Amino acid sequence: MAADAPTLASPDQVAPSRRRWATLDTRYLPPLLITSILLGAQLSFGILEGWERTGLAIVTAIGAELIMGRITYGAWPHPASAYISGISAGILVRSPFLWPYFLTSLISIASKYVLRLKGRHLWNPTNFGVSAVVFLAPAAVTVLSIQWGNVVAPMAIIWLLGSVIVWRVGRAHISATYVASFLLFSFVRSAITGTPWLAAVAPITGPMYQLYIFFMVTDPKTTVRSRVGQCVVVFIVAFVEMLLRLREVLYAPFYALFIVGPIAMLVQMWLDSRALQESGVRNQESGLGKTSA
Amino acid sequence: MLIASLVVVRVLNQQAAAAASDRGGAPDGRFGFSLTESARRLGVEFAHQGPTFDSRLAHIMPQVASMGAAVAVADFDRDGWQDFYVTNSAEGSLNRLYRNTGQGRFVDVAPALGIADVNQRGSGVSMGAVWGDYDNDGWEDLLLYRYGRPELFRNDQGRAFVAVGERAGLPRWVNANSATWFDYDRDGRLDLFMAGYWPDEVDLWKLETTKIMPESFEYANNGGRKYVLHNRGDGTFEDTTAALGITSHRWTLAVIAADLLGTGYPDLFLANDYGVSELFANQGGKRFVDVAPQSGVGRAPKSGMNAAVGDVFNDGRFAIYKTNISEPGVLVQGNDLWVPTTTNASGRRKGGSLDPPIPSEYQNLATSMGVDLGGWSWGAQFGDLNNDGTQDIYLTNGYVSAGERSSYWYDFAVIAVGHSQIIGDAANWPAMKGRSLSGYQRKRVWLNDGFGRFNEVAQVVGVHDTFDGRAVALADVGNRGVLDVIVANQRGPLLIYQNQIEAGRHWVQFDLEGTTSNRSAIGARVELQWGGRAQVQQVAAASGFSAQNQHVLHFGLGSAATVDRVIIRWPSGKMQTIEAPAVNTRHRVKEPDGR
Repeated sequence: MAADAPTLASPDQVAPSRRRWATLDTRYLPPLLITSILLGAQLSFGILEGWERTGLAIVTAIGAELIMGRITYGAWPHPASAYISGISAGILVRSPFLWPYFLTSLISIASKYVLRLKGRHLWNPTNFGVSAVVFLAPAAVTVLSIQWGNVVAPMAIIWLLGSVIVWRVGRAHISATYVASFLLFSFVRSAITGTPWLAAVAPITGPMYQLYIFFMVTDPKTTVRSRVGQCVVVFIVAFVEMLLRLREVLYAPFYALFIVGPIAMLVQMWLDSRALQESGVRNQESGLGKTSA
Repeated sequence: MLIASLVVVRVLNQQAAAAASDRGGAPDGRFGFSLTESARRLGVEFAHQGPTFDSRLAHIMPQVASMGAAVAVADFDRDGWQDFYVTNSAEGSLNRLYRNTGQGRFVDVAPALGIADVNQRGSGVSMGAVWGDYDNDGWEDLLLYRYGRPELFRNDQGRAFVAVGERAGLPRWVNANSATWFDYDRDGRLDLFMAGYWPDEVDLWKLETTKIMPESFEYANNGGRKYVLHNRGDGTFEDTTAALGITSHRWTLAVIAADLLGTGYPDLFLANDYGVSELFANQGGKRFVDVAPQSGVGRAPKSGMNAAVGDVFNDGRFAIYKTNISEPGVLVQGNDLWVPTTTNASGRRKGGSLDPPIPSEYQNLATSMGVDLGGWSWGAQFGDLNNDGTQDIYLTNGYVSAGERSSYWYDFAVIAVGHSQIIGDAANWPAMKGRSLSGYQRKRVWLNDGFGRFNEVAQVVGVHDTFDGRAVALADVGNRGVLDVIVANQRGPLLIYQNQIEAGRHWVQFDLEGTTSNRSAIGARVELQWGGRAQVQQVAAASGFSAQNQHVLHFGLGSAATVDRVIIRWPSGKMQTIEAPAVNTRHRVKEPDGR
């Protein structure tokens, strides 16, 4: 999921009042949350096929990040983002084989360094990795698609903690917009297909969506800048997901983000470059004016 | 690197898909055997019919009424030929007991013997049956388990079956999909284990609520209770389940009783749908303790549907084969082949004794050995299909074959992830509307190469059917020294694959009869030693899914024309060694008197 999601929100981005609220570097909050989710779920329900699979995914992600970061930028990158990518891949990917865990992490991290435009990567790394692997290897790989246990309390705790953390890093509006949009579109899907509404809503009650909502759609590196823009983009993601679900595409949320995310980024870049041009023109005009003055 | 990784993913996916499919090509005899479907030629024309439950389940009826095709093999009339009982499940439908005439024909004798008309709404419909001589009179009796009232039929010397369930004290109603006979306290009498799937309170024909579904796809604990019924020896049974410490309410679909932990007492392995497996360690016949989590077999929750044991490495260790669901692109649980990784410190065998190894932990080797991807897998059995001296696997599969071009998988996956309040209510489940769910699947015949790999050869050796398979039973129906395959299909025809093995491959069989032990010798452990090789098998009642293999143990020998010895550990604990038994022969062995 989320790879670099809220993780890389720099401390400067955090409002002073929020910074006072807790002294912990916000970069560590998402990794702490996802680690808590993993440990809690595994120790309570035994969600993993084995620790070795998740361990392989984490080690691969961090290793790839360190190597590629060092080669590309000549410096050691902070491993928090890769840690989230690895742990997300380790939780999300379901396969009796070991190689999908290795390759999902590797592809996720590699996409950050390869698929770049104007210095920015276009896809959320884990979204790219998971989407690629489930698309290319349907015979061997699926994505987490079950509940963890049957009780409400653990899920409620994750929702609560997740909400607090995305609020702390200033991304709560994205998660909230997505949830609201999903619920809205589930009504639409239910009306179109005749499926009971609770069945249409069912996916969002599962842990896969918790990772998706808190770690993937909120990724600051692959979302647009303005708050309104972020909400619009995530609304469109939910809309495309609805279209895909109407086509009975099981991994609709991943593919929707895979499609919409880069387009939104390209639009953002185009707007940025236009703004830069206009600003340059204004400066030039301003300079010319002075000159002329 | 990114492109290379993506290419590697694609290549590995193709390899995984190829490993799960057959080797292709025309039959060329290179595997040493072929299977020919011959049911009709043998006089067997039987098609299973499914039940129809409460109308509030109509939208998902193909799912909730998806089981009941079962087969249990026994020589009920003691004429030396393997007969078999098959169940039907539609209200008013008839079960059949096919008597083997020994002339290459089977004849249905169920109506004449009183065990045909057993599927009625008031008493329930058949889900399976299992043979065992509970009264030690030398005639195999029949337990019928249903979604309904279980019934015990006493075999009156092969001439009739007498319903004695009520007098025996069987439970009033159990929605069971599995049961087995075993002598858990080694008192020489067969006890009964029966596992509920739906809770006992549920009457599927008259629902009080639609909130009857599993509370989770992989963590459900709201299934039926289990029963251990102790044989008092006077024709009655007492419920000792609670006293023995078994409190499970998981959705059990299969059970195998075997001495897996080396105590001499039979343990119980339960393959549970919607959750983890359970391995109940038998503590001296006085208590059962679930050791599945620490042993490894109960850690990852899946959709267990089969339980069988086999000595896949010819090293005296029983591996457990549990089947699950694998649907490309949706859900790849993979089947489990649980192989014990730790043995007792004293070694596998000491002084020629037959102490089984004591596993402290099991490892799932299904992927590395190539028996993980079997579609929506149901019944599977170990058996030496080509008489080469190793245990192969025959697996059947397929859930609901309906519309060929439409799939219910999307809706199924959506509801499966729902919270318990959603998934637990049948009213929330999307309607199937005639769609298939993992239907029309190709079967698997995995040949053990003896070196840690299984090769899939189903299409090559002649297994082409795509029915919704449920139960598989292995039996030498022609007394030819081969294992034939009987397959019961849900809402489909019963199939008998006759086995033809190339010349030059030898075999030996053992038909055991207990004296101090239970007369069926259920629980006996037999090790055959030949040409520097050894293989262990056991006499079991239920094995696989809703199935029972023949009572006779069959060993393939490859080209070996002699056997060194056979060592038998009887359920009573007595040891018996037979030196150099003749090959290509069925040996009838009676438990010796004395110690």
